[in-house]
Amino acid sequence: MLESILKVNVNLTAEEIAEAKRRLGREPNEIELGMIDVMWSEHCSYKSSKKVLEILPKSGRRVVVGPGYDSGVVDIGDGDVIAFKVESHNHPSAIDPYNGSATGVGGIIRDILCMNCRPIALLDSLRFGNPQSAHAKWLFNNVVKGIADYGNRTGIPTVAGEVEFDESFEINCLVNVACVGLGRINELILARMDNPGDIIILVGGDTGRDGIHGVTFASKTIREDSELERPAVQVGNPFIKKLVIEATLEAIRTGKVTAVKDLGGGGLTCALSEMSSKGGTGVDVELTNIHVREEGMTPYELLLSESQERMIFTIPPGSQDEVLGVFRKWEVPYSIIGKVTDTGRIVAKYRGKIVVDIPSKLLTEPPIAKRRARKISIITKKRASKPPIPMDFSKVMHHILSSPNIADMHPVYRQYDHEVGLRTILKPGDADAAVLRIIGKNKAVAVKIDCNSLHCHLDPYTGHAAAVAEAARNVTATGAEPIAITDCCNFGNPEKPEVYWQFKEAIRGITYMLKGLGLPCVGGNVSFYNEDEESGRAVKPTTTIVMLGLIERLSLVTSMALKEVGESIILLGKTYPELGGSEYYRLIGFGGGKVPKAVASRERASIKTVAEAIRRGYVTAAHDCSKGGLAVSLAEMAIKGGLGLKVDLAYVPHTFSMRIDEILFSESSARFIVTTSEVNTPKILSLARRRGVPASKIGEVSPSNYTVAMNGKILFECSVESLRESWQDAIPRLIGG
Amino acid sequence: MKTAVIQFPGSNCDLDILHVLKNVLHVEAELVWHRDFKDSEFEAAILPGGFSYGDYLRAGIIAAHSPAMKHIKEMVREGKLVIGICNGFQILVESELLPGALLMNKSTCFICKWVKVRVETDETLFTRHIGRKSVLNMPIAHAEGRYVNDPEGLKELHENDQVVFRYVNSRGEVSEDSNPNGSMDSIAGICNIERNVLGLMPHPERASEPVLSPFSDSDGLKLLSILKS
Repeated sequence: MLESILKVNVNLTAEEIAEAKRRLGREPNEIELGMIDVMWSEHCSYKSSKKVLEILPKSGRRVVVGPGYDSGVVDIGDGDVIAFKVESHNHPSAIDPYNGSATGVGGIIRDILCMNCRPIALLDSLRFGNPQSAHAKWLFNNVVKGIADYGNRTGIPTVAGEVEFDESFEINCLVNVACVGLGRINELILARMDNPGDIIILVGGDTGRDGIHGVTFASKTIREDSELERPAVQVGNPFIKKLVIEATLEAIRTGKVTAVKDLGGGGLTCALSEMSSKGGTGVDVELTNIHVREEGMTPYELLLSESQERMIFTIPPGSQDEVLGVFRKWEVPYSIIGKVTDTGRIVAKYRGKIVVDIPSKLLTEPPIAKRRARKISIITKKRASKPPIPMDFSKVMHHILSSPNIADMHPVYRQYDHEVGLRTILKPGDADAAVLRIIGKNKAVAVKIDCNSLHCHLDPYTGHAAAVAEAARNVTATGAEPIAITDCCNFGNPEKPEVYWQFKEAIRGITYMLKGLGLPCVGGNVSFYNEDEESGRAVKPTTTIVMLGLIERLSLVTSMALKEVGESIILLGKTYPELGGSEYYRLIGFGGGKVPKAVASRERASIKTVAEAIRRGYVTAAHDCSKGGLAVSLAEMAIKGGLGLKVDLAYVPHTFSMRIDEILFSESSARFIVTTSEVNTPKILSLARRRGVPASKIGEVSPSNYTVAMNGKILFECSVESLRESWQDAIPRLIGG
Repeated sequence: MKTAVIQFPGSNCDLDILHVLKNVLHVEAELVWHRDFKDSEFEAAILPGGFSYGDYLRAGIIAAHSPAMKHIKEMVREGKLVIGICNGFQILVESELLPGALLMNKSTCFICKWVKVRVETDETLFTRHIGRKSVLNMPIAHAEGRYVNDPEGLKELHENDQVVFRYVNSRGEVSEDSNPNGSMDSIAGICNIERNVLGLMPHPERASEPVLSPFSDSDGLKLLSILKS
């Protein structure tokens, strides 16, 4: 028996193998060992992260389904619910960017679908190395194409996203994809097998040899020979996916389906064990019944294949005709593979012979890995010196607007169908978050995916707390009330104490801000081992935050574009000399400095103020003031509106003795820029005063120039048209296309 | 006009056009699975956008061989109205109900953006009430929308007044930079010689409610409103 174990290449530690033996009461056979290996992998088991994640707030009056299921679900009133989830597909995308990102989209769609919600939007958060490097360009172009080809074909609009370039992502790019679904609260379905006797049906794409051990691959660092793991990357088929989407929703409408789950990482093994474990049941399946793409697949391969576009359904006996009829109509292949039992065990047969017999809880309840955390001190070092003040601010403005982290991403957006579904009220780039109407109702949801990895790197606690706050401000600026988040953690090797410390700090920071803002986290994804062995370099710690907001009335929807000459420009929130990790410092190559503080009470006050001002109809445009600082946020509003502005920095609420460049480019948190009519100006200022938010009118909308003054004296002036050119031309120039 | 929206496997604008017909225009409309479609039950049909059969092989070619297309051809013969939007246009071209071909965009990329199209003829039921030279705002979303034809075919198209829409700039003029995909003569939509079949790349259903339009208008509705009669 021991000999047979050695034949299977497993990632388990000696202690884990011993524990598995102890729980099973015997030696696992090769197949069982492979299943344990997959289910106890970091990717499936969260063995390094589970304990840490426990501190996140998970409940709230709107939470319908919290963490633990395929996606979180929140109540948006009138019986409507939103399911949303984000997942990483970093490792596959680093090796095969086109298929890696495409199947990332495919996987996240199924997570929404299996709750019986119709996927209505996709968002993506992408990180690559230096855009000058050929490798980063190759990754970028293929990742975007993979997302576009897949998303467009499935008829789900890709409505928003973010792209960041930083050298730490050179080998390990980050590809995080989020999906938003719409459903009815009384029609939700959970992926749990509660009823022994139910029939188990495997629906969708044929099972092949692709993606075997994808999750164990994703639980390792990228090495020189990782290229050899290309077979671990699944290949997507968006056409079959589209059929699976429609067939799944139609099949559930028959009222006969008792549970649905998608097959993702860990394939059939993961789906069967999680569904039965949740319901306290077991399964009895015959593997030879599975419809396959290739001949001669072994039980091991059938159980571990991660072939795409597959779902598991359970239905009560006697309801086959109705449900299978739907699959036949859509010409989606299916096979009846077995039934739910009351044994609590996964029993798999191959040609009638039992090849696997293992408790499902053994697979789903892995031993927790003990990890040590060690604080990294070097990055917290403050710098006393400051860079010289630039001579020509106009030039700095053009430079910073053409930074690939700030420049216009339309070359990307326009490759995505962002209109299909007739819900996209604000187009990508028009506002701080995507806004999707709920058809037939006078309401909408706002969604944003965001993180600033540079801030998170310099101070993981503060940076991540700020990421939550920024995402909350983003949805607020569109007229929404922030209601819940889901997150996607991307870190290096958790076995390294410094990386583990970053992870713990990140979750602590997120928890602090969520509690401060009264928001729940309804789900998440953790991706570790985002580092390459050669350089030993890990990615900058990056937990992308997906924030969901609810817009009560369509009339509240607010974009960032300046609307009318003569309107007042109001800055809410105080500016501090916080330029550590700013885009300005990155531009001039200046390291160190303080990252912006994230103080929940300040955030709450400014969010409430802006929300109220919008609700009262005072606000004509709103924009969060963060990346690139006040100068960039103002420029974006001007460019979007095709109008100019004139501001005087003397009116900016700031701490004593700040330099001009600091006022312009500091990325202090808790700030918004809004525009309003002259008559409503004092009303907004008084709302701010009441909540203790420093605010003042800093200028006015003008016809065509971007003018910055100090105490009435013009510091610099340039045309908005020229700023637009710098902003628009940067990405095509850097990346091509 | 009782209108069928034909649903092919891979269609993805089917529910969108159905929503506009039923809830915005209040037209009697029905979603019909391509295998179940019978021409005799309807007075008009729409082939919606999407990726029928994944657009594998060539956009629209497999759907062109669906049993539904026999019924569509029957409708065309009877003089009933048929509109193909985006993938629907591709299907009409592949079925030879409309002349020419739709090839990969000049940029070789999928393009999703709002464009302006000018009505080139009012000698069709679809555009009679809009008026020649009217400019409409509508979005496009396609990878294969570059209209081409051989010189003779193109000449015939113009002579027979079959060009219905052309891409134009904000001044309403045909220009190089307002042609999003490299179509010959900036052609965005055409009709057949009998003038009852219309194919166009822009999506009128996405431009039928002011809340969805960056211009707060509903130009797409002008086109679809013919189905209300």
